[in-house]
Amino acid sequence: MSARKKDSEITWQDIDIGAVIRTPGNAAEYKTGDWRSEKPTWNKDRCIKCGICYLFCPEGCIHHDKEGYFEGDLYYCKGCGICARECWTQAITMGPEA
Amino acid sequence: MAMVGMEGSLAMAEAVRLANADVVAAYPITPQTHIVERLAEMVANGELNAAYVPVESEHSAMSACLGSSATGARTFTATAGQGLELMHEVLYVASSLRLPIVMGVANRALSSPLSVWGDHSDVMAVRDTGWIQIFVENGQQAFDLTLCAFRIGEDPKVLFPVMIHMDGFHVSHVVEPLYLLNEEQVKGFLPPYKHPFPLDTDNPVTMGAFAVPILYTEARKSQETALRGTRGIINKVWSDFGKLSGRHYQAVEHYRSDNADTLLLTMGSYSEIAMEAVDQLRERGEKVGLIRLRLWRPFPFEELRQATKACRTLVVLDRCISPGGPPGPVCSETKAALYSQKKRPNIAGFIGGLGGRDLSVPEFVQMVERGRVIAAEGGEEIEMIGVRG
Repeated sequence: MSARKKDSEITWQDIDIGAVIRTPGNAAEYKTGDWRSEKPTWNKDRCIKCGICYLFCPEGCIHHDKEGYFEGDLYYCKGCGICARECWTQAITMGPEA
Repeated sequence: MAMVGMEGSLAMAEAVRLANADVVAAYPITPQTHIVERLAEMVANGELNAAYVPVESEHSAMSACLGSSATGARTFTATAGQGLELMHEVLYVASSLRLPIVMGVANRALSSPLSVWGDHSDVMAVRDTGWIQIFVENGQQAFDLTLCAFRIGEDPKVLFPVMIHMDGFHVSHVVEPLYLLNEEQVKGFLPPYKHPFPLDTDNPVTMGAFAVPILYTEARKSQETALRGTRGIINKVWSDFGKLSGRHYQAVEHYRSDNADTLLLTMGSYSEIAMEAVDQLRERGEKVGLIRLRLWRPFPFEELRQATKACRTLVVLDRCISPGGPPGPVCSETKAALYSQKKRPNIAGFIGGLGGRDLSVPEFVQMVERGRVIAAEGGEEIEMIGVRG
């Protein structure tokens, strides 16, 4: 799509031939965080910085901070809970969205 | 060019060679035809400089065609019957991505009972895949309209894939006299293919991304509007081809339809038998004519309305059953196209010519005579022609 309009303002005339997307990588703009019904919370006291949550996150939205602790990017996190399921030390808990 | 004797399948392969296709991807086993067999020979012999991709199924054949057409390569494949059905889901992607693949389809019946013989069951199952669909009646038309298909599909204002339907066996496997064009003539007629947004590492694009509900309807409307908007180019290409070859094609074609009170409507090779029947009936003094749908998609609404507005009875032949539904896709679409008209003919639908069953002149005469009765009664009956019992 050539025009950078809000999705709700895009008309059929704005759609490029074949609905191609001419700005590759723009999926990063797409917020998947609002799919979430539960969000993960990291307990730094239990975290051993092993990175298993980072490896298993299917959304690739977990990164580590300056101290090496892991955290999720809630703009993308869909709340699947895989990180909490895989965490060796139960440092991650899933809790309801506030 | 001199007249040659050539099988319909080979005539189509010759058109693909003259079009200088870049990629041919095909699955070689029945229900495949001589079209891609001949193309494989041409590539092996150095007569055609193309990448020939033998794949493991028709699903893969169409998938390979997507990739090659998306890079800007002129792409051809062929299939028929069950093979076309195996391609089914990928056909939609070709039209949605607006990739001008040309595909020859030797129309065949579907299993079961197993039948490799001709009818239109395979075509009708892919009716709504978004392709431009054109019917031929003989080998000459298979050659001509395959060449035209590349130019139509690849036109920057079109960019849609095109199916060329030729009746299995009755056209695909029959040797007929026909005229070819030479390389120079084709070069002048068919410019190089250039897609506006090809797969190109220097200018990357995303193809086939998903569309959320807030965008899918707009994407569909864009595609549908573009498909309906191809009519002008299709007419222009056929007009230019007529000037080049002396052979003229139209979306709806007429045979002795002047002053006809009864018209037959056919698609494909049985049109030629219907012409014989019309000749016999005209000799008897009956006002009977024939119209043939050359263009199946986009459907030629206006031409069909014009062609039928003066007749009293329209008799439609379908070579396909819509099981449990209205009597044949061609008949039900014809009825739908004419419903809004204040003055419209009575319509009778017949189903026949299934699984390679021949329909000969007496059966077309019978359709005209019986059709007048059924149509006058409202035309809701489903009647099969040439069935025993």
